[in-house]
Parts: sequence; structure tokens; C-alpha cells
Amino acid sequence: MSTVTDPEVASDTSGGATRALKQPRRWLGLVLVVVALAVLVSLPFWMPPYPVGLASRILAFALLVVSVDLLTGYTGLPTLGQVAYFGAGAYTAGLVGLHVSTNAFVQLIAGTLAAALLALITGLVAVRTKGFVFLMVTLAIAELAHKQAEAMPLTGGSNGLSTPAITLLPGGEPIRLAGLVYFWVLFVFVLGVVLAYILVKSPMGRSMRGIRDGEGRMRAIGRRTYMVKLVAFTFAGSLAGMAGTAWTAQARFVSPGDMAFALAAIALLSVVLGGAGTIWGPIIAAALVLIIRDYVGTFVDGRGATILGIVFVLAVFLLPRGIAGLARRRNRARAGGTPVAGEA
Amino acid sequence: MVNGFALGAVLFIVAIGLSLVFGTMDVLNLAHGSISLIGAYVGVAVLGGGASSAMSFVAVLIAAMIGLLAGVLLAVLTTSVTDHLRQAMLTLGVAMIAGDVLLMIFGGDVKSVAPPPALAGTITVLGAPAPVYRLVLIGVGLVVGIGLWLLLEKTQIGAIVRATVADRGMVEAIGVRTRLVLAGVFGGGAALAAVGGLIAAPLLGAQPGNDNLILLYALVIVVIGGLGSFKGAAVGALLVGQVQTLGVYFLATYASFLMFAVMAAVLLIKPSGLLPAKHGGGGH
Repeated sequence: MSTVTDPEVASDTSGGATRALKQPRRWLGLVLVVVALAVLVSLPFWMPPYPVGLASRILAFALLVVSVDLLTGYTGLPTLGQVAYFGAGAYTAGLVGLHVSTNAFVQLIAGTLAAALLALITGLVAVRTKGFVFLMVTLAIAELAHKQAEAMPLTGGSNGLSTPAITLLPGGEPIRLAGLVYFWVLFVFVLGVVLAYILVKSPMGRSMRGIRDGEGRMRAIGRRTYMVKLVAFTFAGSLAGMAGTAWTAQARFVSPGDMAFALAAIALLSVVLGGAGTIWGPIIAAALVLIIRDYVGTFVDGRGATILGIVFVLAVFLLPRGIAGLARRRNRARAGGTPVAGEA
Repeated sequence: MVNGFALGAVLFIVAIGLSLVFGTMDVLNLAHGSISLIGAYVGVAVLGGGASSAMSFVAVLIAAMIGLLAGVLLAVLTTSVTDHLRQAMLTLGVAMIAGDVLLMIFGGDVKSVAPPPALAGTITVLGAPAPVYRLVLIGVGLVVGIGLWLLLEKTQIGAIVRATVADRGMVEAIGVRTRLVLAGVFGGGAALAAVGGLIAAPLLGAQPGNDNLILLYALVIVVIGGLGSFKGAAVGALLVGQVQTLGVYFLATYASFLMFAVMAAVLLIKPSGLLPAKHGGGGH
């Protein structure tokens, strides 16, 4: 264990010797999380409705990005396929809303289960591969799901589905105000991130990182890596499904575009930009990416894609370990603070 | 059948460029489809609705030059980036910029490109009518394939490229500047993509989104055939060309479904592709 040199692993697994040193940092982290939550909860009270809607989209997208990160960052399986489960969750929530119940909890559970089931079935095949081939297989899964959504009458084809507003209590009022929907999306987001955090801190999470850093070694010590990968894949799919239900709740519309290659690509790039193998980095990157695409883009004549592309290209050279790497470098070299690339 | 072979031939030219770059430089160039789309738009700009056959040669030359430059630029950008995830971020970032700039210049609507007038007709082959242009594409695909194979297997240049892949340090030691070799390969691969995109334009049209489409085709072909494998790319391209064309003909909505189903089936039986490259290749 002590020979592990990757700082990511060293700090994540918190070996006995570093524990004492890390304690103050852990407090700092906790304080930051509390502050961030306070800001997020108070958002609708001081922001106009449009940015609140954007904030809802960011939270749903960020949860999708976290699910990509569980596979790409923690298990070492680069994926372009999480949009399939995102779409499964989104469509299931929409269809349940249209035909069964507008209750948000019912939709959340149904969408998550549908995505989990789809992830389990497709994962049986996908996790047999790794590296670039895994990337292609997951891309194939996403494209298949995309085409399927376009072809089926049930999903409204390429026109998509308009779905009714959610309700929180049986027989309650439908929730239409952007600020109130935002609270529901925030609830789903926090729930998903907490679940992801519990997973990566568990023995299961340690096995996932073990596979990332050397699958052969894991197998040599008797771990059944296929099962670990399948469980991770199914879990990540469920999270993507949760994100999908939240997406439907805020957009009240689902279309095949929600499963497109472009979304899969920016979800994967958000993980790399944020720093694969941390949870908070990709969340920040997800926010940055959607803000550039949907908000900054409108100020520069719809050229959001160009700016986003430039950010990605620059980040490759300026942020070798992603946004999360910035904080780490700061902590290492207290003095001299590394110059931060002009993004944000 | 002819249509399938024609599409297969064009896709082979694009995919072999992708495979070449991956095989020699270990760079997965996700901007490859964008370079093809640039080639297609060269067709729009130079040929427009229909121009003389001489202009078509000019268009091919321009596309090849632009592709070459783009490839060398990408080679320079990716020299220090060895991590595959960061390569993906870099090349997809470039692809996003290129796609957006093309959208700005050429607009969002579908632009059609006419084949050169000399190749516009239809002739009868084995009792079935076949468009001349598609037959020419098949011929071009064959020529490019055989030419590249000869270049890589039978010439000094090919020997240097293969040696660079096998042991860069040793080749450097005998006085070859490997960075130039690699930049040349990247440039050549990208030039193939651009020319492939140009000559495919009469079939596929030029429109935003085609960059992703062509990239998907190329990736599927390379995965089916085996990463970095020359013959694999040829077999994969023929397979995808036929499946796609027959698929569109018989069950239109499920055409790409079929293509990915073929890929999944191949990967289940042979995880490294049908004809994987003999040396190295696999370990990722």
C-alpha cells in the first residue's frame, strides 16, 4: 500500500499515517460543502427565474457528469454511454407522468429503476471490454438508445414528449414555478451525490480504483473484477437515470436530443476538465460547461461551442489534472500560489 | 450493391486515415470527422452546383493541402499529450471549434455537391444500371488502398514509419527525425480524411452534424476491423458500407441500429476486432 505514488489514490484511501495531517483539510472541506449547499438552497430567493432554470439544468447535468465520473474517473472506464441511461430515466419519468402519476417521487423511483435495469443488461456486454473499445461500445449503446427513442411511437419519435408538471404530495398542486422545481432538482442532485460519495468511500469504491490502477493486480489478489465493474456500471447507470428524471421535471419535455452524442461528449469532457477521480471537480466543470454553452453563448452571437472548444483545448495544456488539480497544487506549494488560468 | 461498395470505399479512405494515426502515434483523433467535413465544404466552395472536371482536380488538391496542414497542426498540438482522456478533450475541443466555425461560414442548411460532369452519367454493369461516379469511387478506394499498402510495406518511407512505431529511440539513433515522420503520418491521415470527405460530398451532402456522423462511421469501422490494422479497416469499411446501404434500403429507421449491432456482435466474438494489427496495438 505504501508504494502507491498516485497522489489521488493516496489522499482518497487515507492511509493511517496521513490521517492526522488531513484532519484540518477535512474540516475545511466540510465547511465548503455547507457553504455551497447554503448558496444552492438560497439561489431562487435572489436570482431571477431564467438563471434559476439554468441552475436546475446545471444540477441535473452535473449529476449525469458524476455518473460518468464514477466509471471514467474512479473505475478507469471512459464512457460516452451514460446519456442512454439519462434518457431512459428521462423518458420513464415523462411516461409515468403522462400515464400513471405526476408524483415526483414515483417518477424518480421508476426512472431510476428503469435506468438501472437497462444499465445492468447492457453492462453485461460492455464491461467485458476496456479502454478505447469500451468507449466505442458505450457509444454504440447510446446511439442505439437514441435511434430507438427516435423510432418508437411510445416516445413520440423525434418530436419528443411534452410531460405534465410534477406534484410532490398525492393530490397536491402541480409545481410550475421555476424556483420550486429547482428545489426538487436540488433534492435529487444532493441525494445522487451523497449516494456516489458513499459508494466511492466504501470498500466497493476502493475495488473500483484498484481496477483503474491495475486490473491484473486486482485479479491476482482474487477479486472478481467483472462483478465489481458490473456493479459500478449499474450504479452509475442508476445515477444517470436519476439525473434524467430531474431533467424531465425541470424541462417538462423529453426528446431524443437528450441522448445525443453532443451531450455525451460534453459530459465526458466535463469529467476530464474537472479532474477525473474527484467528485467536486467535475461538478464545477459541469456548471462551467453549461454556463458557457447556454448563457455566455447567447452574448457572443451563439458562438458558445467555439468558446467551449477553446476552453477544452486550453485546459489540456494549462490544467493537467483538471480543475481539481488546481486545489491540490495550491495545497502542496502553500507559497507562491500557481497562476490560475483565466476561465470562470 | 454498387452503392454499398461506393460508400464503403469512401469510408475506407476516411477510416484508414484515422487508423493510421492511431496505429502510429497512439492518438485517437476525434477531430477526424471535422477534417472530412472541411473537405466536403471545399467541394461546396470550389465546385458549388457543378463545375468543370478540371476544377474537381483543383478541389481535390485544395482539400488535400488543407487536410495536411490540419494534420500537422494537430500533430504538433498532441505531441506532449499522451493520456487518452486528455487527447479526447483536445481533439474534441478542436472539433467543436471547427464545427462551429464551419457553421458560421456555410450556414446550417444542407449543401449538395454535384459530381464532376464527366462522371455524372449511368452505365450498365452486369445487367444493372450503376452511376459512373460511384464506380469511380470504388476505383479510387481500391487505388488508395493498394497504393497505401505498397507505400507502407514496400518502400523506404514505409519502412521508416513502421520502424518508428516499433522502436522510436532506435530510429532516432540512426539519424531519422521521428517527429517529422510522425507529423507527416498525421498530415497524411488528415489529408485522406479531407479528400475522403470531399469525394463523399456528392453522396452524403455537406451539412453541420456530418462531422460527427463521419467520425462515428470511421470509429465503428476501425473498431470492427481492429485498431491500427490496415486490412481490418478495409474489411470494416466494406461491411459498414454494405450494412448501411442495405439497411437504409430495407429497414430505413433501423439502419444505424444494424451498424452498431454488427459492431457489438463482432466485439463479443473477437474483442480486438476482426483483423487486429500484428504488433502492439492491443494494450490499452
